[in-house]
Amino acid sequence: MAMFEGLSEKLQATFKRLRGKGKLTEADVTEAMREVRVALLEADVNFKVVKDLVAKIKERAVGHEVMESLTPGQQVIKIVHEEIINLMGANESKLEISPKPPTVIMLVGLQGAGKTTHGAKLAHMLKKQGKQPVLAACDIYRPAAIKQLQVLGEQIKVPVFSLGQDSPVKIAQESIEFARKNGNDTLIIDTAGRLHINEELMDELTNIKEKVEPHEILLVVDAMTGQDAVNVAEAFNQQLGLNGVILSKLDGDTRGGAALSVKAVTGCPIKFAGVGEKIDALEVFHPDRMASRILGMGDVLTLIEKAQQNFDEKKAKEMEEKIRKQEISLEDFLDQIKQLRNMGPLSSVLEMIPGMGKQLKDVQIDENEFNKAEAIIQSMTPEERKKPLVIKDSRKKRIARGSGTTIQDVGKLLKQYEQTKKMMKQLSGMPGMGGGGASSAPKGSKKGKKGKKGGQGKKSPFKLPFPF
Amino acid sequence: MAGLFSKLKDKLGKTRKGFIEKVEGIFTGAGKIDEDLYEELEEVLIQSDVGVNTTLEIIEMLRKSVKEKKISDPVLLKDEMKEQITLLLGEENPLHFAEKEPTVYLIVGVNGVGKTTTIGKLAKSLQSEGKSVLLAAGDTFRAAASEQLEIWGQRSGVGVIRQSEGADPAAVAYDALQAVKSRNIDVLLIDTAGRLHNKVNLMKELSKIKKVIEREVPSGPHEVLLVLDATTGQNAIQQVKLFQEAVDVTGIILTKLDGTAKGGVVLGIQREAKVPVKLIGIGEGLDDLRPFVPQEFADALFA
Ligand SMILES: Nc1nc2c(ncn2[C@@H]2O[C@H](COP(=O)(O)OP(=O)(O)O)[C@@H](O)[C@H]2O)c(=O)[nH]1
Ligand SMILES: [Mg+2]
Repeated sequence: MAMFEGLSEKLQATFKRLRGKGKLTEADVTEAMREVRVALLEADVNFKVVKDLVAKIKERAVGHEVMESLTPGQQVIKIVHEEIINLMGANESKLEISPKPPTVIMLVGLQGAGKTTHGAKLAHMLKKQGKQPVLAACDIYRPAAIKQLQVLGEQIKVPVFSLGQDSPVKIAQESIEFARKNGNDTLIIDTAGRLHINEELMDELTNIKEKVEPHEILLVVDAMTGQDAVNVAEAFNQQLGLNGVILSKLDGDTRGGAALSVKAVTGCPIKFAGVGEKIDALEVFHPDRMASRILGMGDVLTLIEKAQQNFDEKKAKEMEEKIRKQEISLEDFLDQIKQLRNMGPLSSVLEMIPGMGKQLKDVQIDENEFNKAEAIIQSMTPEERKKPLVIKDSRKKRIARGSGTTIQDVGKLLKQYEQTKKMMKQLSGMPGMGGGGASSAPKGSKKGKKGKKGGQGKKSPFKLPFPF
Repeated sequence: MAGLFSKLKDKLGKTRKGFIEKVEGIFTGAGKIDEDLYEELEEVLIQSDVGVNTTLEIIEMLRKSVKEKKISDPVLLKDEMKEQITLLLGEENPLHFAEKEPTVYLIVGVNGVGKTTTIGKLAKSLQSEGKSVLLAAGDTFRAAASEQLEIWGQRSGVGVIRQSEGADPAAVAYDALQAVKSRNIDVLLIDTAGRLHNKVNLMKELSKIKKVIEREVPSGPHEVLLVLDATTGQNAIQQVKLFQEAVDVTGIILTKLDGTAKGGVVLGIQREAKVPVKLIGIGEGLDDLRPFVPQEFADALFA
């Protein structure tokens, strides 16, 4: 299947014959725009939004001077990227905090979008920031929805206000009283999922809104939503006047074009993104990075930032030195695993590397393997870690027992270590040691043919001093 | 067919109406079949989440048959289009039952698509066919998921096997399998926690549940049903592929067709993965589950 191929790759191909510099001609741009259109549609950006966007990009691109350092293909990508960022908005947006507490946040959306989970995640995040949130359970329709919120509230030690199956308007109203009395500075109202065409239930939301006057009405949208996202967002926005959006389930492998659609039709910023089922898997939304994701260009920025946060400069230097001299020990190997893991789930880290996104569709990263590797190395003596060559069968047996793995697992790890060392030899000859390292996770066996080719050939704009 | 239609139309609000009128306009307004008409058809398909490649393929097929059959009336073009789509969707595909009881179905899908609700509805519909049914609360992860299933069980008077939150879902399945065998129950429906298809460990957990079923009831599972939300875009194709890899999905249940989304991605799925759609969900009530009828679905795309 011709699943989404990286747009940058396609455009490069389109422009291959165009070697010379100069201005972009109408014919060049038209051809490029065909690819851009398909890419955006395959990413689930709404048809009409794509139409407008492509027209705008085309207008800007025709006659545009191709910059000295860029190929025509890159020049078009740059314009496309800029226009999408224009539409997405360049900056993160914050929650509106009321000077007169409690700040009231109301969550709305379709069934199954993730309102309840995100209410709890938001409460957890605010609590960590020193706030004292309370949750209100206004989903009286879905079986056990109240119970779900109560269980989550207990987990994060945030009170949940509920009146059972009483009227949602009344629950919302009284929850404000509750917040005031108990000194809660933030109130998060969970509402039942509903279809945007269900007038009765949409009116219920208006009634709640009128009674509690929320400072923030946030629409929770599933990142996997297709073309219908515009209808949904438009209807909720018309009914309620939204203040922002939470994009849920972004830890999947969707391109997330709905983000662009929703922003385009409502004008509302996307404020948060849900990136996992754990209660702390909520991030401030970065519109610029989303633009890259939709285009399939690799979320380079996120990776750089994460790498900077987690990677100790000095250690990086040492590592480079070691790589150059090829004297990396298993101790370093373990260090690298830990560094990588600190950056989040490995799959999401790799996904952010340009050129990797596509390959990841075929490559499965198994976090278990990393757990195993960590356990195995931790069961070795310092001497063994420094000189893995001393590890013979009897030691393997001991290590396997100590780490709860098998002798085969230990053998496999040692082999991967040897391979890594070998790879470093190649890498140390390469300037900048680019994304090359990234394609060869210690998983080795499963990385597939494609992984090798794409990863090593690609030049990466930043250094990634990881051995795998 | 009329039944579903009136039901769907009942539930349609203003948003959908505008769209319907527009599409009607395409076919009745235009006098002849020209490029504009094809382009507008393309637009309708893409806006129904059919996907660019599948759309282009369908339009290509349409052009060919227009030529072959010498069709010149736009109204006939509409029928031709529906026929192509119906063809692509294949035959109606009812649920498969074990030759010798118990029948075991495993229900899987990403988070929030409607697995638990669908099980509630399916339990009722099987029961009304005279079958005895048991439910297994295999979602031990999401808060209050078992309670949710239990309430659905009560609604149709069907028993639910559950364990505490955080328990091993394979163990819940095992318990339930023993229960259906000892109580001579006809059908067991196993609920599972929602999971994104790109989470390797969670997908392995599903395979493990399936292995337990295969061991305890060698002819089972008799269906592995992937629940898909009709509002999902092109990512649904990826969902089908990865769930298929993990647990050999035998059928799709397309939910939330009572909204304005058309679920056109199932056309792309037929091209790429060949998993039949078996049932559709058209609401949150006990009776809002219907068989999937390709002809009706094609009609609804251009309703
Ligand atoms: N409108 C509509 N809502 C549905 C349908 N099926 C399920 N839902 C709703 O979608 C939400 C998620 O359903 P649930 O069964 O909990 O999903 P699960 O996480 O996959 O088990 C609930 O609010 C259901 O009521 C449907 O066919 N139409
Ligand atoms: Mg469920």
